[in-house]
Amino acid sequence: MTVTESKPSYKYVGTRPVRHDGLEKVTGRARFAADLNMSGQLHGIVVRSPHAHARIVSIDTSDAEAMDGVKAVITGDDFPAVDPSHRQYDMCINVIARDKVLYEGHAVAAVAASTRDQAQAAAAAVKVEYEVLPAVLTIDQAMAPGAPLLHAHMMTAGANPPAEEPSNISNVTRFSGGELDAGFAEADLVIEREFTTQPVHQGYIEPHACVADTGQDGHTTIWCSSQGHFNVRSSTATLLGWENSRIRVIPAEIGGGFGGKTTIYLEPLAVALSAKAGRPVKMVMTRDEVFRATGPAPGTKLRIKLGVKSDGDLVAGDAYLIYTNGAYAGPGGLLGAMTVFESYKIPNFEIEALDVVINTARSAAYRAPAAPLTAYAMETMLDEIAEELGIDPIDFRIQNAVTEGDPSTMGFPFARIGFVECLEAVRDHPNYKAPLGPNQGRGVAAGYWFNIGESSSATVNLNEDGTATVVTGSPDIGGSRASMALMAAEELGIDVYDIRPVVGDTEAVGFTDVTEGSRATFATGMAVVEACRRMVVELRGRAAKMMGVDVDDIDWMDGQAVYTGSDGEKAPLSVAEITAKAKRTGGPLTATGSLEAHGAGPGFAVHLCDLEVDPETGVVRVVRYTASQDAGTAIHPSYVEGQIQGGVAQGVGWALNEEYIYDSDGVMENPSFLDYRVPVASDLPMIDAIIVEVPNPAHPYGVRGVGETGIVPPIPAVANAIYDATGCRIRDLPMSPIRVLDAITSNGGSNGS
Amino acid sequence: MSRVHVTCTINGDPAEFLCDGGQTLLDALRDEVGLTGAKEGCGTGDCGACSIVMDGRLLCSCLVLAPEADGRNISTVEGMATGDDLHPLQQCFLEGAALQCGVCTPGFLVAAKALLDRNPDPTETEIRYGLAGNLCRCTGYDKIVRAVQAAAETINES
Repeated sequence: MTVTESKPSYKYVGTRPVRHDGLEKVTGRARFAADLNMSGQLHGIVVRSPHAHARIVSIDTSDAEAMDGVKAVITGDDFPAVDPSHRQYDMCINVIARDKVLYEGHAVAAVAASTRDQAQAAAAAVKVEYEVLPAVLTIDQAMAPGAPLLHAHMMTAGANPPAEEPSNISNVTRFSGGELDAGFAEADLVIEREFTTQPVHQGYIEPHACVADTGQDGHTTIWCSSQGHFNVRSSTATLLGWENSRIRVIPAEIGGGFGGKTTIYLEPLAVALSAKAGRPVKMVMTRDEVFRATGPAPGTKLRIKLGVKSDGDLVAGDAYLIYTNGAYAGPGGLLGAMTVFESYKIPNFEIEALDVVINTARSAAYRAPAAPLTAYAMETMLDEIAEELGIDPIDFRIQNAVTEGDPSTMGFPFARIGFVECLEAVRDHPNYKAPLGPNQGRGVAAGYWFNIGESSSATVNLNEDGTATVVTGSPDIGGSRASMALMAAEELGIDVYDIRPVVGDTEAVGFTDVTEGSRATFATGMAVVEACRRMVVELRGRAAKMMGVDVDDIDWMDGQAVYTGSDGEKAPLSVAEITAKAKRTGGPLTATGSLEAHGAGPGFAVHLCDLEVDPETGVVRVVRYTASQDAGTAIHPSYVEGQIQGGVAQGVGWALNEEYIYDSDGVMENPSFLDYRVPVASDLPMIDAIIVEVPNPAHPYGVRGVGETGIVPPIPAVANAIYDATGCRIRDLPMSPIRVLDAITSNGGSNGS
Repeated sequence: MSRVHVTCTINGDPAEFLCDGGQTLLDALRDEVGLTGAKEGCGTGDCGACSIVMDGRLLCSCLVLAPEADGRNISTVEGMATGDDLHPLQQCFLEGAALQCGVCTPGFLVAAKALLDRNPDPTETEIRYGLAGNLCRCTGYDKIVRAVQAAAETINES
C-alpha cells in the first residue's frame, strides 16, 4: 500500500524490476567474503582475551611460531604505536590490543598457518600473561566514585566546567531550548519515568571475513564484505601506518551489516600476516567471535520527564540519557540527545546525555543508532499521557508532531517532512480499528531518524550497443544496485534491464563514504543522477554533430535526441544510434558524478502492533503489524517495503528477546544464535508496510533514506501493546516471558506507573 | 593424519573428494568440492544458512561430518535450477524481492524446496514453522513466506 502526496509520473522510478544481482544470489553463485579463495592462501586466526579487563604483561609467540604450518604470528607490537589523541585511536587499539585488554574477546595476537586447524592450534599455543584488573560491567559501576578506569587518559569531553580528573565518562552532550522550569510550571500533568536496556547485536548472518594479499612490492589487495570499502582502505592504512594508495579494497557481496560493518576488525591483521608471510591470508570469524568481539548496540539508562497541558500540548521535556558504548568512547549519548525530543514540538527542554565506557565489546552502529531506545522511553510515555488525558494516541501525536519549519532540537528548521502523513496513514488504516481477541493488545508508536548525505561517486559508461554500465562505490546491502539502475534508466531513457549496475572497487570508482545513515539510495543515487545528466549533455552534443545542427536545438526526450529547431524534420537518434557512431563523434561516452550530498530528508515512521500475551507463561506473540514510513519517493517499492519489514523484525526481537548476558567477570554467556535468540519466521506475522511518499525537496527524485527508521518504533509499539493487553508498563528490555510474567503477577494487572 | 576418501552424489552427479575426519560436510562442500552456495552463519545448526538435503532429509551441513556423506545423495542450492530454467522458488524469490543481502537465501531456498517436496500446499503457518530453522535478519520473513506461497501455487498449477 502506498500513500502518495503528489509526484511526477515516472517510467522506471517506482517500478519493481527483478534486481540485477538477483540471479547470482538465488543460484548460490554470488561471492560473499568467505567464498573467496586465493592460490596459496593461508588461514588466519585471532588470539582473543579471556578476560574483560587486564594488563598484558607479556606475549610469548615462540612455541606457536615453531609449530607445523605456521607462517606468521603478529601482536600489537607489529603495528605502529598510536597516540590517544589520534582521531582513530579507539579503532586502532580495538582491532588489536596494545598494553591492555578491555573486554572478553579483545584481539591480542593473530596467527597464519597453512590450514585452519594448524592456525587454531598455534593460536592456542600463544602464551599471553595477563594481570587481571577489576572489570567495570555496568553504568553504575562505571560511574561510581573510585571506579577502576578503562582509559587512564579519558577526560570527559564536553564537560562544563572542564573535567580535571580522568573518568569512565567519555563525553557529555547538552541541548536545551526555552525555559524548562517555566515550561513545567505551565504543565497540567507531569510524568517522569526511568528505563534500562541491554546491548543487542546487529545479528547479520554473514560473519566478518576477508582475504588479504600483500605483495613484496608493499602493496596489498583486500577482498572483504563491508558497508564501505573506502573506509576499510583508510582505516586499515591508519592502523598499519601506510599510505591509502598502497591498499586496494575489492568489495565482496555483503551478507548483512545494519551498521555493524561500518567499522573494521580483521583486515589490518590479515594484511600484516600476509606481509609477514608473503602469502595471501584468509580470515573468517566464527559466530562466537562475532558476538564477543564485534558491534553490539549500546545499553542504556534513561530518565525522562514530560510536562503537558490538559489540552494535549506538550510544554516541557527533561531528558537524562546514559549510554554505554562498550570499552570505548562512542556517539550513543549524542545520538540519543539528537533524537529524543526531535519528533515533537516541545518548546521548553533540556537534554543531558552521557557516554560511559565499560568492559564490554566496542559498540558499533546499529540501524538508527540510539534512536530506538529514546523512542522506547518517549513513545511509551506519550502513550501514558494520551491515556491519562483521554486523547486518541495518534491524534495526540498529530497535535504535537513537528512539521515543515518547526525547529529541530539543535535549532535547524525542518524542511518538508512526512510525519503527520505517516500518522494519518496508520490512523486511517483498517487495522487501527480491527477487533482484538482475548489477551490481545494494540500499541502505536512513532520513530524518527535524521539520515545523512556524505560523499558519493558514480561513473556511467555507455557501451557500443547502447546499453549502460553504472559504477558506484556503495556496496549493495539490500537492493541498491536496482535503485541505481532505476534512476539511471529514468535519466537516460534506457530500459532498466539494459543498465548494469556495478559496485566498483577502490581503484575503479571515485571515493564514496561508508553506507550509513540510510545514505546509499539518497546520496549515491544523486551521484548517479549527476553522472547521467552530464551524459545527456554529451549525448545531445554528439547527436548535434551527427545531425549537423546546433546543440541548443537538441532536446533529450524518452531516451532519444530530438531535433527541435526549425530547419525541417530530422529523425530522432537513440542512445544505441549515437554510441554506434561514437568513434566518429568524439570517442567513448563516459561521465562521472561526484558530490557531497546535502539535504538528506529526515525519515519518520509510525507503527501499529497487535499482540497476544499468554497470561500463564508471559510469552508474547505478535499477531498483526502495520508500519507506515515516509520514503520521500520509493525508487523500488519492494525493497522499501523490505527495509520497513526488516526493521520491524529486528525491533520486535530487540523488544522481546534480544540482550547480551554477561557473567560477573564480564564473560558473555549467550554468544550463539541458540542463546541469543533473534526472531524466526514462526515468531512473526505478515508485516503490512505502508509507503508514504512526501518527496524530499533536496533529491532529484525526492528520495529519503529508508534503511533505518523502521527499527525505531517497534520497541515502544510492542511495549504499548503489552500494556494494552495486560495493564503492565514494562520499562526494562527485553520484555522477555519471565519479565512479562513477573509484571503481570506482581502488578496484578494494574497500571505499573 | 591421512585424509578420508568420500564418494557420493552431489546434485545428481557422481562426486568424490578427500576430507579430514573432523571436517564438516559444509567445509568439505565449500573448500574441497568448491560449492560455496551453502554458507556458514553460525556453525552450530542455529541459522540454517548451510542447509542441504542428504538422502531426502533437510540438514544443516555444519552439523554433518564430511565422511558421513559417503554413499549419500546430496542436493545443494547449486542443483536447484535445471539448465537455464530456474526452480519456481528461485523465480518467485526474485520476482517477490524475497532477498535483501542474499546470504541466507541459498539456505532458505533449499529448506523451502524440502518443505514443498513433502507438503506441496502448505498454509502460511506451515511455511513459517517449516522455515523456522533458517534465520533471515533482513526481510522480516514477509516476502520470503509470500514467495514460497507463490512458488507452491506455480508448482501446483504446472
